[in-house]
Amino acid sequence: MELIKPGTSIPFTKYRHIAVIISTVINLTVIAFLIFRGPVLGVDFSGGTVVQLRFGQKVTIPEIREALGKLGEGEVVIQDFGQEGSNEFLVRLEKTTVQLGALNDQLRTNLSQKFGPKGFEIRRIESVGPKVGGELRQKGTWSVIAATIMMGVYIWFRFQLRFGVGAVIALIHDVLVTIGALMLAGYEFDLTIVAALLTVVGYSVNDTVIVCDRVREHLRKSKRESLENIINLSINETLGRTIITTGTALLVLFALFILGGGVIRPFAFALLVGFFSGVYSTIFIASPVILLWEKGKKSTK
Amino acid sequence: MQRSVLIRLAIFVVATVVAVVYLVPSFVPKDAKGEPQLYEWWKQYLPTDRIHLGLDLQGGSHLVLEVKVDKAIENTVERIKDDLAKVGKDKNIPITEVVRQGTQIRIKAPAASVDKIRDLQKTEFTNLTVVNSQVSGGTADMVLSLTEKELRALRDATVDQSLETIRNRIDQFGVSEPVIQRQGQQEILVQLPGVQDPEDAKKLIQQTALLEFKLVDDTRSVEDALKSGPPPGDQILYGQDRTPYLLQAQPLMTGAYIADAHVRPSSRLEGPYVELVLNNTGARLFERITAENVKRRLAIVLDNKVYSAPVIQERIGGGRASITGRFEMKDARELAIVLRAGALPAPLEIAEERTVGPSLGSDSIRQGVISFIVGSSLVVIFMLVYYKGAGLLADVALIFHILFLLAILAAFKAVLTLPGIAGIVLIAGMAVDANVLINERIREELRAGKSARAAIEAGYERALPAIIDTNVTTFLSGVILFQFGTGPIKGFAVTLCIGILTTVVTAVYMTRIYYDWRISTRKLTRVSI
Repeated sequence: MELIKPGTSIPFTKYRHIAVIISTVINLTVIAFLIFRGPVLGVDFSGGTVVQLRFGQKVTIPEIREALGKLGEGEVVIQDFGQEGSNEFLVRLEKTTVQLGALNDQLRTNLSQKFGPKGFEIRRIESVGPKVGGELRQKGTWSVIAATIMMGVYIWFRFQLRFGVGAVIALIHDVLVTIGALMLAGYEFDLTIVAALLTVVGYSVNDTVIVCDRVREHLRKSKRESLENIINLSINETLGRTIITTGTALLVLFALFILGGGVIRPFAFALLVGFFSGVYSTIFIASPVILLWEKGKKSTK
Repeated sequence: MQRSVLIRLAIFVVATVVAVVYLVPSFVPKDAKGEPQLYEWWKQYLPTDRIHLGLDLQGGSHLVLEVKVDKAIENTVERIKDDLAKVGKDKNIPITEVVRQGTQIRIKAPAASVDKIRDLQKTEFTNLTVVNSQVSGGTADMVLSLTEKELRALRDATVDQSLETIRNRIDQFGVSEPVIQRQGQQEILVQLPGVQDPEDAKKLIQQTALLEFKLVDDTRSVEDALKSGPPPGDQILYGQDRTPYLLQAQPLMTGAYIADAHVRPSSRLEGPYVELVLNNTGARLFERITAENVKRRLAIVLDNKVYSAPVIQERIGGGRASITGRFEMKDARELAIVLRAGALPAPLEIAEERTVGPSLGSDSIRQGVISFIVGSSLVVIFMLVYYKGAGLLADVALIFHILFLLAILAAFKAVLTLPGIAGIVLIAGMAVDANVLINERIREELRAGKSARAAIEAGYERALPAIIDTNVTTFLSGVILFQFGTGPIKGFAVTLCIGILTTVVTAVYMTRIYYDWRISTRKLTRVSI
């Protein structure tokens, strides 16, 4: 069985201008949203408390809100969590109640009054102080940036500088697209999302590596062919394997997204988008950058 | 050729046996104590550790405590300040005023004293340094602080001592396999597996437990002091029932001399009390204190709260004292623990708390296993359909990859977390990447008209650089993630990195053994790919 027939020749590089324009618009939009609205931050980064509750019977959000009563200061956000009919809810307390200390006791007492001591279960409590949140946010951002640069340096070291630059720009694109999709889907940004972004950086570059590997091989063989033709040929020749390698990863990610549970879902979602974007960016971002670099060099000569 | 195949095959068989041995404890049923049920001879010679589950999977509490080291520094500076004032007085150096401002000492003195104070600092207070010294109109204004070296040492000592104290307290609280370690500059990580309601543990950890014995100042009335403030050298502290006491601020003795503390049941209707046993130095000190202050009241103060203030009837020898109060049995037990374990050198603040119930943990494991089975089955079926024989080979390699990955996790006592499980699922999808690259290359070589054997050899050889490069990049991001991550995220980074190593081994080298064997035994004329 063959997904991409041998001898397939799609003129990818021809579409590069329109692809670059579309991607640039998408990326700038994401950057604008990041600057002006910012992502929704989970407790890991913003500080605060999140409590996961499960009830023995069907309850509504207003009922929970009423039962909780007053817990610390600030806004209390309650949302449905987990599968349909599992009666699980996430309660997010804006103000960190770490100092209050007895939050656990207070929660139990308040909920017991309405639902009875056996009517509910506190499944998870996470509290993060505001200082820790800020530190983690900073460290997370830097680790993604550092990883991206490291990939570029590695490609530079293994191939050529222009390939490294192409890879870095493609990775920035992938990370931005992933962030944009997460914001659009309304997922909170927390530590697992940073883990997903780092994995996207490490994995999306693989397709670029595969194409670069092929380009290098062709460059060795023929000196006369134009770089554009070589890149196009290389993309076409490796298209099957880039789609399949990423495809198998997407298969397991679909399984994780659907079956992995509420904590893993945003993580799987980020990887799905990021890996998918990785294939696209290799073809339509990394390759044009390499070409552009080449043209820039020629015109300065 | 034949021989090299045999050797490689033997290596893989041995590796597989070792991996299975490491995994057996994780998959045999558990006994009543939660230990794996193994034969005695197995327990004696072979590994018995199960794969360690993170707190998010087995349930428990994860706390990050920030040590407020500045408070400890202030305490030290306060002591040095008192010392400095005393020595200055002894040496007849005219000093107008010595006060502590935050972590600094400020001295006001006649201008003539400046050199003498500087000499004093150089000879007897070498841990101090003069930050600022101004003379105007015959009076000098000096600011001293601890030296950089001293500060660093003090910070380290404070965090280390806090850690030791917390460890003592938790050990006595009775949690199995707790993790207590220093994290960063002034934070302590505490992980308590199986602890569902961390409030008790938090209370126990956070209590400063500074025990002091202070004399009640009977020469003045508490009412006056409440109205016009305590006279110099005195302070007002409150009892459990908010009764005010006027005490001499300087403690006669602290809890540093406690050798042991335990709960004694009540003799009357008052509830249990805590009996202290002092060490030899403490016993002598206590005897002297009680002898010198017969008929006066001695307040027992814990964390600035007066527990009792009995009248000393006579000299007390033998080094035993008791703390009474209206205790519940549980409170008394906790008090005994903190007194035994010693006082914290500085207050602790909880910077991070994550508690997961056991039911959520087992749900997470179930969901992870289901996603793994579904996800990897999809991959296995796809590879089989798409690459036929070569796909089957990749699938076998995938199974061995998972075996090795889990075995390495068990052998190195790595912690498996929920993101870690997600990592195992994800890597199942990535593991076949190397096979895809090899198989695509073999197909290309076959199309170019090469023989089956030549195509396989060229396929492996030419696909290898890309396989290595792609895996190195993913591995690098895993390393960065490990650096950055905390708890559960580290678990993901670990499975990612180990998984990448095992996939390269199984997908590239192991599948190659099969082809080499086929080539060496009979004529390999066609490849199913």
